[in-house]
Amino acid sequence: MTVRFTLNGAPVSVECAGSRRLLDTLREDLGKTGTKEGCGEGECGACSVLIDGEVVDSCLVAVGQIEGRNVVTVEGLAGPDGKLSRLQQAFIEHGAAQCGICTPGMLLAAHVLLQRTLPPSADDVREGLAGNLCRCTGYTKIIEAVLSCTT
Amino acid sequence: MYDVTYLRPTNLKDAVQLYRATPGCRPLAGGTDLMVMLHARTLRPAPRAVLDVWSLLELKGVRRSQGMLEIGAAESYTGIIRSRDAQEHVPALVAAARTIGAAQIQNRGTLGGNLANASPAGDTLPVLLAYDAVVVTDRRSIPIDQFFTGYRKTALQPDELIVAVRMPLGRRVVFRKVGTRAAQAISKVVTAVSRSPARVALGAVAEVPLRARRAEAALERGDVEGAIAAVADDIRPIDDVRSTAAYRRTVAQNVLRSLLDDLART
Repeated sequence: MTVRFTLNGAPVSVECAGSRRLLDTLREDLGKTGTKEGCGEGECGACSVLIDGEVVDSCLVAVGQIEGRNVVTVEGLAGPDGKLSRLQQAFIEHGAAQCGICTPGMLLAAHVLLQRTLPPSADDVREGLAGNLCRCTGYTKIIEAVLSCTT
Repeated sequence: MYDVTYLRPTNLKDAVQLYRATPGCRPLAGGTDLMVMLHARTLRPAPRAVLDVWSLLELKGVRRSQGMLEIGAAESYTGIIRSRDAQEHVPALVAAARTIGAAQIQNRGTLGGNLANASPAGDTLPVLLAYDAVVVTDRRSIPIDQFFTGYRKTALQPDELIVAVRMPLGRRVVFRKVGTRAAQAISKVVTAVSRSPARVALGAVAEVPLRARRAEAALERGDVEGAIAAVADDIRPIDDVRSTAAYRRTVAQNVLRSLLDDLART
């Protein structure tokens, strides 16, 4: 089937089975490899993307379900000139990325949190990022990076 | 991934017709269980089609209807958590929804999915039992205590779609989940309790989410200690990767005591 949706602000159209995972379409059909595959079962959050402004695991979404929707991946966070967002810059400055696999999902979950809850407390950040697992940082630097964007 | 036909009806009437006409079809809502099983090819028998009900307006929303609170089968947990009506009338369900996964899962998981999947550890299911919820399908209403018929088995006919869940207004229910961590954890023991009427419902302690009938009978007599003793015999826990039967028995008793204390205090 043909599925049309908006990806990072631009209209796209893909031809694939409607039951294909959004994750696979993003990475393999559209070349957007910023979205990572971790567990493939909704536990780790590495494949997080935004659909209509809500964070979801793209391994759990069938492509047919995003017809007409607005999808944002990590590639959509920086400005059109490639300038990193404040949150992305904060991750660099705080050393909030190590191996990097969880980072795109962390950024998107934190992006939503910063839009929804102002200003989030450290507990809000922990809860907002609870669906994103990191095996390197111990989370402290990630939480500090997000909190640095609240002032 | 199974090679399945993807069906996307645009209204409930078409969905019901398509579902009846398509053998080997599985309803797909938020995909938090089904997409995993489709990808890992762990469904038996192998499905031939999925029926996408996620966007059906008739399956969305939280509303008061006929003196009950009605929640659409495909409403997300996030939608339930944000609903003023749900917060006011079924706060224990809101509390349960907040413990499910984390934001990513709450944005996609649904009551219809939790019911249809019928995992013994489904976190909303003891709450629905404690509220005496009614499962509304395309053809009938099924009392929740008749819904779970065996391990991951339900009273649904093969071509029967869950449309909504109804709960009475004004019942006081309390909820507690015990898991490895607050988020993204499958429950070791999940409990929901009401004092009037006496309901003691538990998950992850038997092959189905269940009501502890002897504990309820003791509570009806006002015998709190009897209820706490009886719940250990009402449940049928096993040793598995998440916990042991002995731990689950002890925790079920301790949590029941704690929840009854909470109900007595306020």
